[in-house]
Amino acid sequence: MTQTPGGDPPAEDNGGLPARLGEERLSASVVRTGMFGTQTTGDTSGYGLLQVRKPPPLSSEPPYGGYFDAVARALGSALQAAGIGFSDAIERVVVDRGEITFHVRREKLVQVADKLLHDPALRFEICTGVSGVHYPDDADRELHAVYHLLSITHNRRIRLEVSAPDADPHIPSLTGVYPANNWHERETWDFFGIVFDGHPALTRIEMPDDWLGHPQRKDYPLGGIPVEYRGTKVPPPDERRSYE
Amino acid sequence: MTTRVTPGATDADEEAAEGRVYNVAGQDWDQVVAAGDTDRAENEQIVVNMGPQHPSTHGVLRLILTLEGETVAEARASIGYLHTGIEKNMEYRTWTQGTTFITRADYLMPLFNEAVFCLSVERLLGIEDRIPERAQIIRVLMLELNRISSHLGGIGPFGLELGATTIFLQGVRLRENVLDLFELITGLRMNHAFIRPGGVAQDLPPGGLEKIRDFLRQAPRWVHDLRTLIDANPVFIARTKGIAYLDLEGCMALSVTGPMLRATGLPWDLRKSQPYLGYETYEFDVPTTDTCDAYGRYWVRINEIEQSLRIVGQCVDRLSERTAANDPVMIADAKIGWPARLSLGPDGMGPSPEHIAHIMGQSMEALIHHFKLVTEGFRVPAGQAYVPIESAKGELGCHVVSDGGTRPYRAHLRDPSFHHMQAVAIMCEGGMLADVIPAIASIDPVIGGVDR
Repeated sequence: MTQTPGGDPPAEDNGGLPARLGEERLSASVVRTGMFGTQTTGDTSGYGLLQVRKPPPLSSEPPYGGYFDAVARALGSALQAAGIGFSDAIERVVVDRGEITFHVRREKLVQVADKLLHDPALRFEICTGVSGVHYPDDADRELHAVYHLLSITHNRRIRLEVSAPDADPHIPSLTGVYPANNWHERETWDFFGIVFDGHPALTRIEMPDDWLGHPQRKDYPLGGIPVEYRGTKVPPPDERRSYE
Repeated sequence: MTTRVTPGATDADEEAAEGRVYNVAGQDWDQVVAAGDTDRAENEQIVVNMGPQHPSTHGVLRLILTLEGETVAEARASIGYLHTGIEKNMEYRTWTQGTTFITRADYLMPLFNEAVFCLSVERLLGIEDRIPERAQIIRVLMLELNRISSHLGGIGPFGLELGATTIFLQGVRLRENVLDLFELITGLRMNHAFIRPGGVAQDLPPGGLEKIRDFLRQAPRWVHDLRTLIDANPVFIARTKGIAYLDLEGCMALSVTGPMLRATGLPWDLRKSQPYLGYETYEFDVPTTDTCDAYGRYWVRINEIEQSLRIVGQCVDRLSERTAANDPVMIADAKIGWPARLSLGPDGMGPSPEHIAHIMGQSMEALIHHFKLVTEGFRVPAGQAYVPIESAKGELGCHVVSDGGTRPYRAHLRDPSFHHMQAVAIMCEGGMLADVIPAIASIDPVIGGVDR
């Protein structure tokens, strides 16, 4: 049903060594250097040259286990009936910590959601809204919209994840399929600047109408002022030492 | 349309308005009438701005009502007046400190907020199976007590908004007893930060179980008193039966959950259908009714209070059976469990004197670990998790994302009040102005949760 990325043949038996080669790992971008949050000579631990590279994106292959396979199969055949290939609509599937995530291409989001709601074998009646996540380092996929769906008929849960680049922050609105996503999409627009195309009235919902910027993006500062306490200044939380 | 402004309206009103503006500030009705509007059109609509400071909007909710006479033609809810940036703030604190923020979202059900956040973090950490059983029982106990206090915080003001002070006082009296238990157990009446990733902050205090038993002995009578005041009250029935109708189809279309859904006859309760915290081992019923109206939602809530009392009783029985000397309430993993054994002093919750003596006087390693864990926190493996629980108001979920660091990369609270406020329009439009009040009250929204 799904194709492995790049269509590689199954890995040969390599004597129990890690499947990913060192060069591949080294070509990934560096996400963190050093430890303990110090950037100056303060770190004498020897960990100052440590480079932590970005892990490869997770991707799971079937069988996914539990009811996940039934959902993927039913979704695949429902999409097939509408003339959409599974991999045309779903970039990849991730099963992690007992939850399944379908990474949906944004062009096909509405069709996928429509099938998920209306197909008798799927019947995800409840969409619990959308949660935005901003990954500034994830080039061309900076903005993510995450939907959690619940099927009361089959007692199942799945997650849909859609991404859009910062340069073109458009994701189709699901209000036509799940009307109650209305406020959630307004909230995600308000906080992350994701434009939900087709939303009936995409206006700010939590921040004042004339607010500038989208506060929950990572490039938006937390703000705050230093507080004096017993003769010393305590800086605002985003300026305190971080151990990331 | 001409613009004519009545006495009391400002220049700004005059510029902004289309049509007449009546700026009524109170005790000036005679002036408005005297200003005269004899040329009023037949079906003229009046736009009334209700809130954000209005006693029956459950906090700072603002409603923009378009009226035709006394009929509501359009009801729009406007929120955001209590937005405090809890989610953004959590990204700058450790995972443990997250509970102290998220507990403040829906302040009538703080323990649900803490629980849903901690369950999500525990799933990210992969320690869901390692939480001590005693901690799980105490969590269930606290959640069910919180369900009672939250429902009473919905039912009491419901009565007040319909003009019944006695219902309010009876509801608050019972709620006050639950809050006394919270104060005894956690040190605080609200904003507890009691449920932590890995367990709960501390065990029940000495004599705590006895106090809960006392409460359980008296509570059924108080609930009965409340029911005799409300259940067959002709005024209450007239104001709520058939009001704010939302049937199963409407609930499904709007993804409505909780007591509103159960008042349409669907027994959907996550404690039964997708159990967490060992709810499958407790005996309780899921009350449902099929009236689909404000009265049905009240009926479901008051019955859920009785069911919650049953669960609390079972928790107390289980806790009193556990007599082992060492029965932890926090995960054994020293990297995750909060290092300080918190204890309850006369001035609230704080580090226990023995722990302070140990780290300051006996063990330098313990001091180092304490310092690292308190200032830096623990790391959570990268990934995302969404754990839903059945809160007092419906499905409460927490979507947490970790990048492998010591702070949440993103924490999003899916609050049922936020979601259900969208149903205001469908429940109010076409009804009478007076029915807007029971419609809102039957949702039981808390703006702290709506705006976060």
